[in-house]
Amino acid sequence: MNQPADQLPRADTQRAAGPGDERLADTASIEAASRGRLVLRQFFRRRLAIGGLVTVLLLFAVAYASPHLVTWQYNELDTSSFLSPPTGDHWFGTTQNGFDMFALTMRGMQKSLIIGLLGALLSTALAAVVGAFAGYFGGALNAVLLTFIDLLLVLPSFLIIAILSPTFRGRTWLIFVLLLAAFQWMITARIVRGMTLSLKEREFVLAARFMGVPGWRIIFRHILPNMSSLLIIDATVNVSSLILAEVGLSFFGFGVQPPDVSLGTLIGDYAGAALTYPWEFYFPAGFLVVLVLAINLVGDGLRDAFDPNAGIRTS
Amino acid sequence: MARFLLRRLLYLVVLVIISTSVAYLLAATQLNPRSRYEGRNPAPPPQVVDAALDALNMNDKTPLTTRFGRWVGQLLHGDLGQTIENKPVNDEIGRRMWVSIRLLLIGSILGSLLGVAAGAYGAVKQYRPADHALTIFSFVTLSIPTVVLAVLFKNAGIGLNNLLGFTGSTKLLYTTGEITPGLDVWSWEGLTNRLAHLVLPSLVLTVVAVAFYGRYQRNAMLDVLGSDFLRTAQAKGLRRTRALVKHGLRTALIPMATFFAYEFALLFVGATFTEKIFGWHGMGEYFVDSVTKSDVNSVAGVTLFVAVLVLIAGFLSDVAYAALDPRVRVS
Repeated sequence: MNQPADQLPRADTQRAAGPGDERLADTASIEAASRGRLVLRQFFRRRLAIGGLVTVLLLFAVAYASPHLVTWQYNELDTSSFLSPPTGDHWFGTTQNGFDMFALTMRGMQKSLIIGLLGALLSTALAAVVGAFAGYFGGALNAVLLTFIDLLLVLPSFLIIAILSPTFRGRTWLIFVLLLAAFQWMITARIVRGMTLSLKEREFVLAARFMGVPGWRIIFRHILPNMSSLLIIDATVNVSSLILAEVGLSFFGFGVQPPDVSLGTLIGDYAGAALTYPWEFYFPAGFLVVLVLAINLVGDGLRDAFDPNAGIRTS
Repeated sequence: MARFLLRRLLYLVVLVIISTSVAYLLAATQLNPRSRYEGRNPAPPPQVVDAALDALNMNDKTPLTTRFGRWVGQLLHGDLGQTIENKPVNDEIGRRMWVSIRLLLIGSILGSLLGVAAGAYGAVKQYRPADHALTIFSFVTLSIPTVVLAVLFKNAGIGLNNLLGFTGSTKLLYTTGEITPGLDVWSWEGLTNRLAHLVLPSLVLTVVAVAFYGRYQRNAMLDVLGSDFLRTAQAKGLRRTRALVKHGLRTALIPMATFFAYEFALLFVGATFTEKIFGWHGMGEYFVDSVTKSDVNSVAGVTLFVAVLVLIAGFLSDVAYAALDPRVRVS
């Protein structure tokens, strides 16, 4: 009942498109495989996507493991070495105050990663719930939620978060993540609403409704699982766009507040030093670009893997 | 139909009113214009500070409702109030939006034209080296935050100046501002100087736009390439290039109309990061400065300006759709 609608057409079209023996044998096994295995297989066929995934996992591991393995921590001063270029002791050099750039970069990457992942989860979950409730229940709830979405789209998010930034100064950065997520979900919610409108007329939803299942349960059991591909892709894409949004805000001091560091605050603090003390700028900036690029590769791979026509287009 | 449009318009106006009010109330409660005076050395007496803040309608000792009421009253007369430097917000926006336009126009036009061309070409040559090059370029560029990209270009420009021996006050490429102060704007020297200031920020904007439009146009074009009408066009005797341009590209441009409409309307809003890093005093810079300077009226004014433009963009994109897609006109 929870099977997405596109599984059968996929097997059919692929048989029609692939005349080779190898493809026919492949199709036979695909028909037997579950949707999840199918998507995974499609995903792992893409070398770039795997490269992206491995890179993200590696960066994650390095960011969290390295503080336990190196001598200098992000909040320690080496008073014997100011503005030193990369050396054996300080792999990425030091700052004007004697902070170790490697430790700072790793600390910043921890924060950027956690902000991206947490924010993406929150924003996709919000989009799914709001979109599905608006679409399923319709009526006044739909009107209110749609107006709210329009309002948030008109409000300049950058400005609002910037205004509110003094309130989370000195408090937890979780408020910042909440705010970032609060301005990220609206367009996906609209898409979810549109898909819900068509799904709620389908037989399995009607059957559940006539059996007396309450609306909220139908949404979580039948409607949202049927758009899991959209939600997974959306969450992945959100990770990278939230990391980039964090950089933009932190660049002006509106994001992560000191003494916390993120890749955004590091880039903002040392952008002016890029010419004179390049290690201060290029290490955090380089790690940021590699991280975002890797996440985007994963997102792209997922999109292709979930796309029922992907196998045809690439052949 | 007219009634539907009128209702739609009314809805949009209500949205603008609510969002501007939210921005004003947030700014008025969260920002602290008083700190601007208290930080001075020697600190001015409290009565003086109060008087100055009262004149700006930013005194936090006045109840919020009174301040908001006064602000709305001014707004109804078309007056957005005074900035924290006691200049009219209207003038500030009126001046800065043209700075933003001058910065953005070349980069945006060049970027969208090149992006569309590159995307369409990439789709036609799918999986050839040119297509792969475009895909990689788009992918990498879109993974670099604009701040980092702008800093990279700025430093490359400085490096180029030093390499070619432009170490004096005359430079090959300028990295700060719109024009060297003191030059006559409309003289030959002034114009070339302007151009030398424009190259680097325009390059940043162009690169980003090419990456963005190239990626979307490639996908839109790929969807069109397999369609029957394109085959029909060739079957009835059109040459392939002509069929691709007249029937393919035109159809593939329809989904792009939304992006163009928004880009055109948001030209006035400016490019925050590029303006900040290259020192242009446009709307994008105003955006950031209004918050850092605790400038309540400017925050509200900028929000109103942006909200109106976003709605105009939405309207423009609907019109563009109707112009490009006959099916929309019929229904």
